[in-house]
Amino acid sequence: MAWFPEFMTLALIGGLGLALIAAPLGVFVVWQRQSYFGATLAHSALLGVSIGLFLETNLTLTVVVVSLLIAWAIFQLSHYKQLSSDTLLGILAHSSLAFGLIIISLQDSVQIDLMSYLFGDILSINTTDLGLIALIGVLIFFFYRKHWQDLLNITLNPELAHVEGVAVKKVQLQFILLLALMIALSMKIVGVLLVTSLLIIPAAAARRLANTPEKMLWISLVLASLSVLIGLWLSYVADLPTGPAIVMVATLFFLLLLTKKAP
Amino acid sequence: MAIPSPLIEAINITQTFDQKTVLSQVSLRIHPKEIVTLIGPNGAGKSTLLKILLGLTPPTSGQVKVKKGLKIGFMPQKIQIDAALPMSVERFLKLGFKPNQPTHNAQNHSLKKALKNLFFSAAYDSTRLKKITKELNLSALLKQPIQQVSGGEMQRILLARALIREPELLVLDEPVQGVDIKGQAELYQYINQIRHQYGCGILMVSHDLHIVMQHTDQVLCLNQHICCSGHPKKVSESPEYQTLFSSLATPSEGIAIYEHHHDPTTCEHTHGQTQDTIPPNDSKAG
Repeated sequence: MAWFPEFMTLALIGGLGLALIAAPLGVFVVWQRQSYFGATLAHSALLGVSIGLFLETNLTLTVVVVSLLIAWAIFQLSHYKQLSSDTLLGILAHSSLAFGLIIISLQDSVQIDLMSYLFGDILSINTTDLGLIALIGVLIFFFYRKHWQDLLNITLNPELAHVEGVAVKKVQLQFILLLALMIALSMKIVGVLLVTSLLIIPAAAARRLANTPEKMLWISLVLASLSVLIGLWLSYVADLPTGPAIVMVATLFFLLLLTKKAP
Repeated sequence: MAIPSPLIEAINITQTFDQKTVLSQVSLRIHPKEIVTLIGPNGAGKSTLLKILLGLTPPTSGQVKVKKGLKIGFMPQKIQIDAALPMSVERFLKLGFKPNQPTHNAQNHSLKKALKNLFFSAAYDSTRLKKITKELNLSALLKQPIQQVSGGEMQRILLARALIREPELLVLDEPVQGVDIKGQAELYQYINQIRHQYGCGILMVSHDLHIVMQHTDQVLCLNQHICCSGHPKKVSESPEYQTLFSSLATPSEGIAIYEHHHDPTTCEHTHGQTQDTIPPNDSKAG
């Protein structure tokens, strides 16, 4: 095999960083049944891309800002009782995707490879992205260090957690904003349509091997990292689209572990 | 003897949802070592009142005064835990401890332990956990996944978790729901024991309108407003229930009967009471 080109080194570091931030968020997405929430944020990230193109500003910046705004909107809307959160998320996901696509289509002077946003592109990773991934990694580390037990208690029963003195809304909002940040940044690597799978598939696979929440977290960290590394390698040697290659590897892990009985 | 100040006091709580009155001018107070049982039919506003008392929802009007720094142990009515979350009964109970709450049992400072404690495992007072699980007969369940326990076991687990925090006020939402009459009597006796052992005030909610815990100091019957209140009556003093219990061949220790005395001028409904047994001007004061 030939010497790794520089973009591949960047992609490997970025992908690994992404796996490390996706896993801790992913276990809670699975435990709290929020995968649709993740999908909604991912769809809205494309709106961020199109707004960025429209304003001719930094795309990463607009994606991050739009994702955070949508996350905040979802959080506020979740207290709105007349429609189920399921319906609300569906409306937000597809309306933001539709708006995003319309705004992109209006800009005929801009050449944009939509496929790379939908399915990810390793070539697009740059050092700024790596810095941002590292930054969220640090944020997530401190957030989890402080709130791991609070998050578990909220997952078990938010009312009980509240009575026991957890600042439920604050912790939930911080979690959602971190999730939005992670999704915004992972879009470049795995793409809008596949971001959620990076969150939930390693966590779901890890469930088979874990009998404590912590074990599930560590195992999903390992599985997510392996999926990204093997997926990137496959993408490089076999010229496969990056996102799908990563998801395929993660799914293979999941299927392999499905044959094992949960402890 | 001076009357101790209440742990929690609700003053004229009114709650309306979309112009529908759910609670109207409800007041109550709970003192240390006092057991208050809140009963009422479905839709009487019991859950709403509980949520207001616990600070989960703000009332439309009225006020809840809570003793400063009050530690509340709450036992929710039911809890649903997703099967995707790997969690043993023991871990569930330990999560009830405050994180990083140092206790006298945490003397072991090995490097491995320090690393383990870096993130997730606070030092726990395992003696308290052991004591409570033993008293509630949960010791054999500790290693089981929490999703696999039965309904009655779950009730005891939730009670144990509420007690682990050494609460000053214990709030129990339908603690005997789905528990047979024998289990109810046992649970009531244990709750009475808790009151004396830990000196906490207890607020209990029940949808059973007639059978309540014997050692209840005060029964409040809620139906949007507080219809009536008073002390329960021993089973032995109530002939019709005595025959019922003897036919069931169950001990009635711990269980008591509550007779409703509704003021017909404010309450048109009764709970199996004949109107002529209601004395005129039966005040709402307990």
